[in-house]
Amino acid sequence: MRESRLGLFFRYVFLVVASLVVLFPILYSLLISLETSNNVATYPPQLWPHPFHFGSYVEAIQTAPLGRFLLNSFVMSAIIVCGQVVTSLLAAYAFVYLRFRGRNVLFYVFLATMMIPGEVTMIPNYMTVSSLGWLNTFAGLSVPFLANAFGIFLLRQYLMQLPYELFEAARIDGASQWRFLWSIVLPLARPIISTLVVYVFLQSWNQYLWPLLTTNQTNMQTAQIGLSMLQNQDSLAWNLTMAGVVIISIPTLLLLFFAQKQLVKGLTAGAIKG
Amino acid sequence: MGATEITARTGPIPNNRRRTIFEFLQSMPFILPALILFAVFFFYPIVKVVYLSLFLTNSQGVAKHFVGLAQYVELFQSPDFVQSLLVTLEFVLMTVIPGIILALVLALLLERSIRGIGIFQTIIFSPISMSVAAVSTIGLMAFNPSVSLLNFILQRLFGLPNINWLNHTFSSLVAIALVTVWMNIGFSTIVLLGALHNVPTELYDSGRVDGTNYLQRLRYITIPSISPSLFFIAVVSMIGSFQTFGQVNILTQGGPAGATNVVVYSIYRNAFFNFQYGLASAQAVILFLIVLVLTLLQFLVLERRVSYS
Repeated sequence: MRESRLGLFFRYVFLVVASLVVLFPILYSLLISLETSNNVATYPPQLWPHPFHFGSYVEAIQTAPLGRFLLNSFVMSAIIVCGQVVTSLLAAYAFVYLRFRGRNVLFYVFLATMMIPGEVTMIPNYMTVSSLGWLNTFAGLSVPFLANAFGIFLLRQYLMQLPYELFEAARIDGASQWRFLWSIVLPLARPIISTLVVYVFLQSWNQYLWPLLTTNQTNMQTAQIGLSMLQNQDSLAWNLTMAGVVIISIPTLLLLFFAQKQLVKGLTAGAIKG
Repeated sequence: MGATEITARTGPIPNNRRRTIFEFLQSMPFILPALILFAVFFFYPIVKVVYLSLFLTNSQGVAKHFVGLAQYVELFQSPDFVQSLLVTLEFVLMTVIPGIILALVLALLLERSIRGIGIFQTIIFSPISMSVAAVSTIGLMAFNPSVSLLNFILQRLFGLPNINWLNHTFSSLVAIALVTVWMNIGFSTIVLLGALHNVPTELYDSGRVDGTNYLQRLRYITIPSISPSLFFIAVVSMIGSFQTFGQVNILTQGGPAGATNVVVYSIYRNAFFNFQYGLASAQAVILFLIVLVLTLLQFLVLERRVSYS
């Protein structure tokens, strides 16, 4: 079914308007970050930087240890991503290929964790992490997130679609469970693992509440928390603040551009049920 | 099971019990890493939070004095908590309904695979990649009357006065809702777009034969066909709205006068600033029950829908 020329024209007009509206906050922060401090504090505000001023980025980096914040975010996210890939792959493997007593019960136990929001458990978890001496450490930032039911179910769903004969053949050839997992399942599961990696990285990078609770030393804060240092310094220096916003958003915007397929797949995996 | 069955056939028959134990032990290295983490960071804390909610605690969060349900009673009698529930409810309405309508419009615009649609898609999906801290910080500037481009545009287009968004009870909640709707719009659009692509074209063809116009097809074909996804989005955004924290912490700190003191923010203040861990735990349990009911509702309704079709 085709659209009339007029319909198509209006579709494009609306798409352009909608795109501008949706993109506006990101565009706005980018443009403000390129203004000078003087130009940014005027009302009515000017949108187009004149001239383009990249000094805000230099100043932002001098005002707050953004490099350290970004490094902390990267290390934390990398640990969480690796942990979730390992725990998810192992558990998914067991649910698909191993028969053992209590498997079904365990499956529902794992499923139940999806109904427990982090906001509900944050008080006891904070106490646990604090009593382990893990405040202001990467362990405190990442260990509570090393396993997640979402990852397990995502991988389980995928492994169930692989031909079961592979498993039988490998076992007849005398391959151990671990060997089968490592040399056959892992390579075949690479597409779904990359989806998990991209999705979990995005979630970890963007975390706010937990890092806010468990870090209070500047050298252990993540980019999301450290950003506030650029607000407190000088309430008029909006160009610095926005430079900070742009800097901490670059990694996830890159994911959007280069791994959109995986990102969308990860995000909608929960929606397939519907 | 491969190897064990083969040995079972060739060798002496092992007793069932030994095999069960063997299979169990064999599976544990695969299961235990996740199971231990779930036990420590999901199941223990959910039990602990219920336990704490029944006690008065000291400033370290150690349960000191059993009070039963007294803290729940106290909560429902406290105007602050009732206000925070009402604010959260108001906030849920302000985010869920506009969010669904906008996402539906965007998904309908993106539905056809016309030239250049990929670029429009990436742009409209882009909010999924932004963090709550980044978006709220942009909001901090957009809602500040001395530099607000948003106000300038509203002034020019609708003649609105220069609003001090975050200083008034109603507008501060609207500001937080705006940030939230924007953050969720990418995800909701993705889900609805997927649903639109799954509507069978024959339905539209027969609709056309019957001489219906676009709005009639939307009303009688499209919306009923994607209603499970609309429902899914509604529940997911409701749960998300009940979990709102970052926007409030960055933009308003619950103010002015508690107008944006949503439940999670209130828990955070009570636990980590007032050191009333027991009371905060009781709030957390109430939040848990709300989210649980919503999740179960979604599960039941969507499962039923699937089995009917």
